[in-house]
Amino acid sequence: MVKVIDRSEIAPNVHECTVSAKDIAMKVRPGQFIIIIPDEYSERTPITVADWDAENGTITFIFLAIGSSTERLRELKPGDEIYSLTGPLGQAFEMEKFGRVALVGGCYGIGGIFPAARALKKLGNEVICYSEARSNFLLYWNEKLEEISDEVKYATTDASKGYKGHAHDQLKSDLENGIKYDRVIAVGCTFMMYRISQVTRPFQLKTIVSMNPIMIDGTGMCGACRIVVDGTTRFACVDGPHFDGHLVDWDLILARRKAYIEEEIVSQERHNYGEGKSN
Amino acid sequence: MREQPATERVRNYEEVPFGYSPEEAILEAERCLMCKKPKCIAGCPVEIDIPGFIQFIQDKDFKGGINLLKEKNILPAICGRVCPQEEQCEKVCILSVKNEPVAIGRLERFLADWEAEQGEAELPPKPKSTGKKIVIVGAGPAGITAAADLVRLGHKVDMFEALHEPGGVLVYGIPEFRLPKAIVFREINYLERLGVRIYKDHVIGMIKSIDELLEEYDAVFLGTGAGLPWFLNVPGENLNGIYSANEYLTRANLMKAYLFPKYKTPIIKGRRVVTVGGGNIAMDCARTALRLGAEKSIILYRRSRLEMPARDEEIHHAEEEGIIFKLLSTPAAFHGDERNWLKKVECIRMKLGEPDDSGRRRPVPIPDANYMMPIDVAVIAIGNSPNPLIPNTTPDIETGKWGNIVTDPETGKTSKPGVFAGGDVATGAATVILAMGAGKVAARNIHDYVMELD
Repeated sequence: MVKVIDRSEIAPNVHECTVSAKDIAMKVRPGQFIIIIPDEYSERTPITVADWDAENGTITFIFLAIGSSTERLRELKPGDEIYSLTGPLGQAFEMEKFGRVALVGGCYGIGGIFPAARALKKLGNEVICYSEARSNFLLYWNEKLEEISDEVKYATTDASKGYKGHAHDQLKSDLENGIKYDRVIAVGCTFMMYRISQVTRPFQLKTIVSMNPIMIDGTGMCGACRIVVDGTTRFACVDGPHFDGHLVDWDLILARRKAYIEEEIVSQERHNYGEGKSN
Repeated sequence: MREQPATERVRNYEEVPFGYSPEEAILEAERCLMCKKPKCIAGCPVEIDIPGFIQFIQDKDFKGGINLLKEKNILPAICGRVCPQEEQCEKVCILSVKNEPVAIGRLERFLADWEAEQGEAELPPKPKSTGKKIVIVGAGPAGITAAADLVRLGHKVDMFEALHEPGGVLVYGIPEFRLPKAIVFREINYLERLGVRIYKDHVIGMIKSIDELLEEYDAVFLGTGAGLPWFLNVPGENLNGIYSANEYLTRANLMKAYLFPKYKTPIIKGRRVVTVGGGNIAMDCARTALRLGAEKSIILYRRSRLEMPARDEEIHHAEEEGIIFKLLSTPAAFHGDERNWLKKVECIRMKLGEPDDSGRRRPVPIPDANYMMPIDVAVIAIGNSPNPLIPNTTPDIETGKWGNIVTDPETGKTSKPGVFAGGDVATGAATVILAMGAGKVAARNIHDYVMELD
């Protein structure tokens, strides 16, 4: 059984959780994910691994409590045992010396880009991180990112820190001002990754996005996570989750993510009124 | 055998046939002629001494019967329910020439269920340790059988399972109403009591490579199953509301979506559900749809009833429950609305042409005869390929045309020394009992292999 070492709310509704998982900590590479089931009744929930410590045998991940299963995850306390945790899953990011790399992170993706930035820096790349949120108080891991990158650029829609607006606006303006990148990596909500891909397309700037469709087993068995890339159906869990953002069928992925909204509302209400919590 | 009436059972998830009472079992056992040269044993992929256990039932010694059965078959409660006996032991029963064959499967189930009612099953005497360590990858029927045989020979056996429950297709695929999960867990518990250690949540190929396993263990058995679903590759197949059979059944069974919202994994229930395919898995999907509340559950199959690969019993149960069979039909396309939700299936009408490689008559499309059906859920149940995770992460293991791991069927040996395989990962999607048979063959050869090691 995997034990919770720490779980804290590092920004409103953004949670950082560290668990003991020695085997995973030894194996995991940047861009891979785990699947967690907080208790017997919950869904299998895929979450990107944001950091790890092979020596102490721990892994850390960031999640937003946005559904009944992640709500349950939020209730975990140090010492609690997690019902099921599997990983590492998926392919790692392609890692080599590209030159200058921009990593764009939003919501859970700020944590998601961290290990990639760290590894790219070690490989001798110039690493620029774009960290975005609606407001300054929703940003997190600023120091952590600053420590391992050449520069961290912030974007907030209320202008409370850094650029006023979204990261894709900021990246667009940088590209138009002649800043050159050899590769862009974006991790975060689907819409953000879509907008980033739109911005980089005219510059023919290779852009890798980390898809986050609905998944169940995460081993290629069910096909729930199928997306279309360059006209071909791919399974995000085993073929991805990283794909060329210029080749992804975005309309399809945005529509497929909404398949269970009605059921999620039922589940949430049940969670909020306390049923199914303890029985 | 007595069973739940169709009108009642489509509204619950409980098992359909009730099973024999002791009196019924003895009566059925007495029909066995005790042939001098019984054909039924050769008809069984795991070589159960069938007349032997039937003799015990005739003698009312149920304990003797179950002990004899378990010498060859670790999973009698499961095989008694899901084996295609009509293709195997019962097919060659001498009585079947003029009459109904002895109901061997039902008698097997009777003994296993009788044992369960007596409390915890008795363990065989503990074997002497050989000091050899064997690892089983995949806790499905092939792996469970291999593990049971190997642990009873005195080896230390560890088992890795990718999902959060062991059992493989027995827990994620076969529905509760056909195989109650409590039975699977009882059999797995027995395996653990024999001394097998099961590690759940371990995806081999990701957390550990086969080469890393070979550093720790004397031999590896791969029973990773047929976990890559096929799709039709027709337009509209990625609309919301279209499932692979694996996804549909995994949501319903493993994740218990039929108990939503107590269990939080949702499933789109659908009023008109179409299942594409004619195998046992297609029957399972169509019958699951009814139990989830579908008004119409329709099977779309491209050949005729005669070519359907599903067991007669499954087709019969499906028909009784009111499943609609649209034969000689296959989807040409799925049509949706502007929000990407499935609304209609466009079907091609087929006729049967000349026999193909499989010996079955090939379906040929009839031009200009397409028709539309309004539906809101579709389940694609046309088959699976072996899961590619292990071949992809083990470059030096030989794979075949369909991504299957090339395996000598006589020994279970793969191209990689010390690595054996069996079940769907070697043969492509087949049955529980054939996977168990392959697990048995491999176990025998793994034993010989490790005993020759220094």
